[in-house]
Amino acid sequence: MKPGPLLRLKGIVRKEWLQVVRDPSSIAIAFFLPLLLLFIFGYGVSLDATNIRMGLVIEQPDSASLSFAGGFEHSPYFAPIHLPSIQEAESALRASTVDGIVWLRQNFAADYLSKQSPPIGVLINGVDANTARLIDGYVQGIWFGWLEQQAEKAGRTLRSPVQLEQRIWFNPQVRSTDFLVPGILAVVMTLIGALLTALVIAREWERGTMESLLVTRISVNEILLGKLIPYFVLGMGGLVLSLVMAETLFHVPVRGSLWLLFAVSALFLWVALGMGFFISTVFKSQFVAALVAMVSTFLPAFILSGFIFDIQSMPAVIQGVTHLIAARYYVAILQTLFLVGDVWSVILPNAAALAAMGLFFHGLVHRRTRKRLE
Amino acid sequence: MVHQPTPANSPPASAGLPPEAVLALDRVDKGFVVEKKRVAALSEVSCAIRPGRVTGLIGPDAAGKTTLMRLCAGLLLPDRGTVRVLGEDVVRNPLAVQAQIGYMPQRFGLYEDLSVRENLDLYADLQGVPAQERSGRYRQLLAMAGLEGFQGRLAGRLSGGMKQKLGLVCTLVRPPRLLLLDEPTVGVDPVSRRELWQIVYHLVEAESMSVLLSTAYLDEAERCAEVVLIHCGRILGHDEPRSFSRQMAGRIWLVRAPALAKRTLQRELSRDPAILDALVLGTSVRAVGRDGTPPVLANLSDPSGAEILPVAPRFEDYFVATLKDEAADGESNRIALGGLDRRTNGNDVIAVDNLVRRFGSFFAVDRVSFRVRPGEIFGLLGANGAGKTTTFRMLCGLLPITSGTCTVAGLNLRTAAAAARGRIGYMAQKFSLYGNLTVRQNLRFFSSAYGLHGARRRRQIDWALATFDLEPYAASESQDLPLGFKQRLALAVALMHEPEVLFLDEPTSGVDPLARRDFWAQINSLADQGVTVLVTTHFMEEAEYCDRLVIMADGRVLAEGTPEEMKERHGGGAGSEATMEDAFIGLLQHRQPTGATP
Repeated sequence: MKPGPLLRLKGIVRKEWLQVVRDPSSIAIAFFLPLLLLFIFGYGVSLDATNIRMGLVIEQPDSASLSFAGGFEHSPYFAPIHLPSIQEAESALRASTVDGIVWLRQNFAADYLSKQSPPIGVLINGVDANTARLIDGYVQGIWFGWLEQQAEKAGRTLRSPVQLEQRIWFNPQVRSTDFLVPGILAVVMTLIGALLTALVIAREWERGTMESLLVTRISVNEILLGKLIPYFVLGMGGLVLSLVMAETLFHVPVRGSLWLLFAVSALFLWVALGMGFFISTVFKSQFVAALVAMVSTFLPAFILSGFIFDIQSMPAVIQGVTHLIAARYYVAILQTLFLVGDVWSVILPNAAALAAMGLFFHGLVHRRTRKRLE
Repeated sequence: MVHQPTPANSPPASAGLPPEAVLALDRVDKGFVVEKKRVAALSEVSCAIRPGRVTGLIGPDAAGKTTLMRLCAGLLLPDRGTVRVLGEDVVRNPLAVQAQIGYMPQRFGLYEDLSVRENLDLYADLQGVPAQERSGRYRQLLAMAGLEGFQGRLAGRLSGGMKQKLGLVCTLVRPPRLLLLDEPTVGVDPVSRRELWQIVYHLVEAESMSVLLSTAYLDEAERCAEVVLIHCGRILGHDEPRSFSRQMAGRIWLVRAPALAKRTLQRELSRDPAILDALVLGTSVRAVGRDGTPPVLANLSDPSGAEILPVAPRFEDYFVATLKDEAADGESNRIALGGLDRRTNGNDVIAVDNLVRRFGSFFAVDRVSFRVRPGEIFGLLGANGAGKTTTFRMLCGLLPITSGTCTVAGLNLRTAAAAARGRIGYMAQKFSLYGNLTVRQNLRFFSSAYGLHGARRRRQIDWALATFDLEPYAASESQDLPLGFKQRLALAVALMHEPEVLFLDEPTSGVDPLARRDFWAQINSLADQGVTVLVTTHFMEEAEYCDRLVIMADGRVLAEGTPEEMKERHGGGAGSEATMEDAFIGLLQHRQPTGATP
């Protein structure tokens, strides 16, 4: 490179950097928002149900029913509340002071002794279907545990047609933090890559500074590269920050190699920057650019990337749509790298999809950006 | 209507471009698509700009000045025709052109969150100025702009005039051969404006630069070596400024009639068939004749003591004479109000005492006091950022007052803002109409917003349509109206509820001189009927139309009085020859010798 282009590039990069450092809104988007998201998703949002308020109605307290109730007392998932009658329990469920009811009738012990399988009544608030399913599973777990215990006491083994030996791989504790925090990285990178760049370029149009920039002898490539470099650095900074937080605060394991994580993140950041550039070449007001960036990149990264909602359980059409969302490929790689390891069969195809999307957006931006006002 | 005046010594326009031209446009067309309709911004524009001098590109807003500038800078492509800058074709080789020119867009292109020094560094990097040349060049430029002491200050924290000068300096870090300045002086206080012109002259002389400068102020024509007059995308003339005004020699008079009020005199003169245009200037009226026939003083309603003396023509006279609609006689601009109940007879309609508005630690309005009498046209004159609009918003009860008192129509705005608002009409900058409602729907909406209903509302809508000649447009959307009619509609809306005080915030910015004349004729007729008018403006010459005014700068009132008093007291000894601008500059310099705000 001749000194001219290098000098111009240096000028743009330094200007861009000073603007980021001095503008509180850039700092907020680049550092404060990622921290906030990490805290919310690391501490606040958990897809595991704990401290479920379970109403226990025991009509005849005896050794059988009390030992069953003990299963709830000792479970980390339940915070049982003893209620005297099923009527009261039902009104508590209606008032939403309990999330579910377990009802042991008067003849519980007798039924168990005679038929081996005493009927218990279970009522669950199904408004939140996901939690209801979890509660159902936990109650059944306690129920089978209790049956096994009783059988052991009587010197028998519980006969059931299939012996279930459960193992959960990669996330044995089924901690949702372990897959939410890696997903957050995708959201953070989208924020910095797409939203922030779309905003700053639109701001140059709005304040009329783009006009003076275009009239200097700078070339289109120099403008684009000059903007790409600082925000790339900023995005990687956001990544390091999030990684450190994930490690120190939430103890999320990183089982894959770190260099691969950085390489894939750089690739995704490049795609996100391409989307941000593209948005700002089309929409030249900050307000519209921010809205479009939110709706077309940030929200899909949240909803359609498989970060919170499983893509497999989406309707076929929506599943098709997710293939257009870059964050989807990145989330897939991230969750693999964090929880499993360097699984090339997952990483390579997803990285290839990211590369294709990056080429598409940057190619489009390159074609559309002219040193003109029309 | 296309006027192509061809004065004897006008430089050749299209054919046979002089080889030395720094800028040559040849039959250039440029249009834009606005709301699916094609609008021509420039049509058949040909001109050649000569080197080593200041050429003014002069015309009202929306004349096509910015489009022409952008075409020359390679930011837009012409639909037809060629643009050659410094011998290069801009369309084919924009980078070669951009490497040799300096261009300052209307909004200066400064990064407000970068310091003065950082802005200079950026443009030096972009223009490839070697490091060893920088410190010398910076020192020279900053001294020229008077910004030496402000290198570390953020550009956003500079005053408007300083921003303008910094913007100019940034385009000069590498001395360009051709400098394009798009409206560098609009909205800037007159002191900064003068300084900016001095810098431009200096560049032309010391660095033999060629400058093309656009402006909407017609009075700046005289400062240019050559003038290109542009209107509605067509070039009306290209010549030395004196040649334009010379054609008007013998057609301009100053008329005095001590027995008549100045607005009455103006009205009567503009009815005279020999007179094309009559404007209030101090206590006299400046009249432009259709030819060399002077107005007949005996026809005045009271000619006692009246005198008439010929005066030197100005550039604006040429513009008005070329474009003024022959049919207009000034009568169509009279607005008859239905009835006006004046509840504040004799007393001051507006009384402002020590009014303060603070935003954080910044005093937007600082201890402002003035009084306005009934039926008076009272002006607030000042540059952008002087605190005019903030004062206005407080007077209209739109912005809470930090301290001080102000009463409008006898009502205290701190305690009875809502009641006071019912007595005032307010016309905001940019008119604030609903563009996609029709004229009638706008009138209907605003009349109900002002609490009119039933028969009175219908009567007022009919009155507005009839008085403002809006009937032919009643069913068209207001965004499609010509600018002059938009302004009429905005004024009609402000007058529907028959207010006794009318507030006009920069009513004439962005309007061409002819529409401005019509507008002032309307305002004059309102004042004659007893409406008190308070108006803000940054056009110095409009201060002449006011009965009394205050001059504001940095949130403070510098002086209060009639235009004559201002010119006499602060005009710097020029006496009756002094202009309002001289008075303004005298006041500013008296207050702060350095011209820089701390």
